[in-house]
Amino acid sequence: MSDKRPWTPDEMMTVAAARLLWDGCVCFVGIGLPSAAANLARLTHAPGIVLIYESGTIGTRPSVLPLSIGDGELAETATAVVPLPEIFAYWLQGGRVDVGFLGAAQIDRFANLNSTVIGDYARPKTRLPGAGGAPEIATHAKQTFVLLKQSPRSFVPKLDFRTSVGFLDGHGSRARSGAPGKGPQVVISDYGLLKPEPGSDELRLVARFEGVSVDAARKASGWPLKLADTVEVVAAPGDEELRVLRDLHERTRLAHSRPAPLPV
Amino acid sequence: MALLSLADAIGEHVRDGQTLALEGFTHLIPFAAGHEIIRQGRRGLHLVRMTPDLVYDQMIGAGCARALTFSWGGNPGVGSLHRLRDAVENGWPQPLALREHSHAGMAAAYTAGASNLPFGMLRGYDGTDLARVNDAVRHVSCPYTGESLATVPALRPDVTILHAQQADREGNVLLRGIVGAQKEAALAARKLLVTVEEVGEKLAAPMNAIVLPHWLVTAIARVPGGAWPSYAQGYYARDNAFYLAWDEIARDRTAFTRWIEQHVRGTADHAAFLRSFPAAAPAVAS
Repeated sequence: MSDKRPWTPDEMMTVAAARLLWDGCVCFVGIGLPSAAANLARLTHAPGIVLIYESGTIGTRPSVLPLSIGDGELAETATAVVPLPEIFAYWLQGGRVDVGFLGAAQIDRFANLNSTVIGDYARPKTRLPGAGGAPEIATHAKQTFVLLKQSPRSFVPKLDFRTSVGFLDGHGSRARSGAPGKGPQVVISDYGLLKPEPGSDELRLVARFEGVSVDAARKASGWPLKLADTVEVVAAPGDEELRVLRDLHERTRLAHSRPAPLPV
Repeated sequence: MALLSLADAIGEHVRDGQTLALEGFTHLIPFAAGHEIIRQGRRGLHLVRMTPDLVYDQMIGAGCARALTFSWGGNPGVGSLHRLRDAVENGWPQPLALREHSHAGMAAAYTAGASNLPFGMLRGYDGTDLARVNDAVRHVSCPYTGESLATVPALRPDVTILHAQQADREGNVLLRGIVGAQKEAALAARKLLVTVEEVGEKLAAPMNAIVLPHWLVTAIARVPGGAWPSYAQGYYARDNAFYLAWDEIARDRTAFTRWIEQHVRGTADHAAFLRSFPAAAPAVAS
């Protein structure tokens, strides 16, 4: 992508994801872009958003983005810190999460995700970190949003490993499986937004970012990407959105590059 | 409960071939204990932990482990665990058998172990390939509704090792902050070793705090800084710069081996390990 736009693809993705979150929403957050998006929403239009990190911190309000899912800042600024078995059993499986954010290495046309291996499981080409909380977030959150950059290597016809379930084989198979949550309602890529098509559950491009062509988005998919009847254009990041996001990243960069004093 | 040096606690209670859980969910990770296991040259261990991070990367790279039960194996916020990957992808320094779960599954397995139940149960794994590659994930049907529920066998480590903020003279242990599945891992184990920041006369524990009573604890060792480069809430912060720097050290077998020789095998104990880093910039030392 030749890029003369005054923002980066990461910034556009983060802003687009943040706009999908609403004030008061209970959001189960992962590290990286999801964490940036959820905190951007909290610092702009959704001050009452409830952020849950899987380390057991509920209602946390960090001033810098955590490097790990369990940085001390998350505990210090939380409403409650609960044990891990509780976060998964009572809070997630208990049905108290509105939105779960997921990332992955691969996605297929029905928004099933792979974060486990590239290649064969027994003899992997690349061993990835694995499932973590993703399979049950994908099952139990009332809906999920997926953040994933688009390329023929990440948007694949067939996953090497199904770590988390989206719409299974499509055509209502998730609904029939009895999974409590509705599954992935939006995929935010660096080209735009994709949503499941009613009926088939297959992802289709419903909106593109400024400066990105529909053709380029289709070329960056490993399967013939469906398009909505009208592909909208997502509004560019506003000045305030960019200012808050860049301040947050700068505070974070300074905090993480500062060596902690040795504990002696 | 016995108050021992860390070397004696590991020497007496950790044997080759055992199933060990060094738990800690990004916080209170028992680094000092892991390093002492490397110093004492334990082999053939089955390591258990939800989030194997740098300490397991080090133990795997140092040749201590034959198997790993886990649910997420990365350097949090940074990327891969390169020693774990090298063992899985290339069998270096030896092959590593994986038994892989989701976090929810592993939490249920520890809870079952702590509760003396044969298995834990959850609504999970459905439609995923995890159940295909891990034959320990099975199903039961609910006797009331017929619903199919996933099961995982109870985890019962031979030894669970934790780091905590405080113990009192009797050996009661207090953990606070992000507590992960430590209490469950402690109660599921046959033996429990704990390293602590300090030993005081009396625990200042709030009424509902996580306290492991002295009669549950096999041995305690006082090891200040024992969780560094992870952290101990109220004592020191997570050294995120070290976690970032580890990526480069662990990427290369030679750099990794040099680091282990210099900082772990080449130091007598944890105090000497901490002294082996220039205090101003621990993260860039290698």
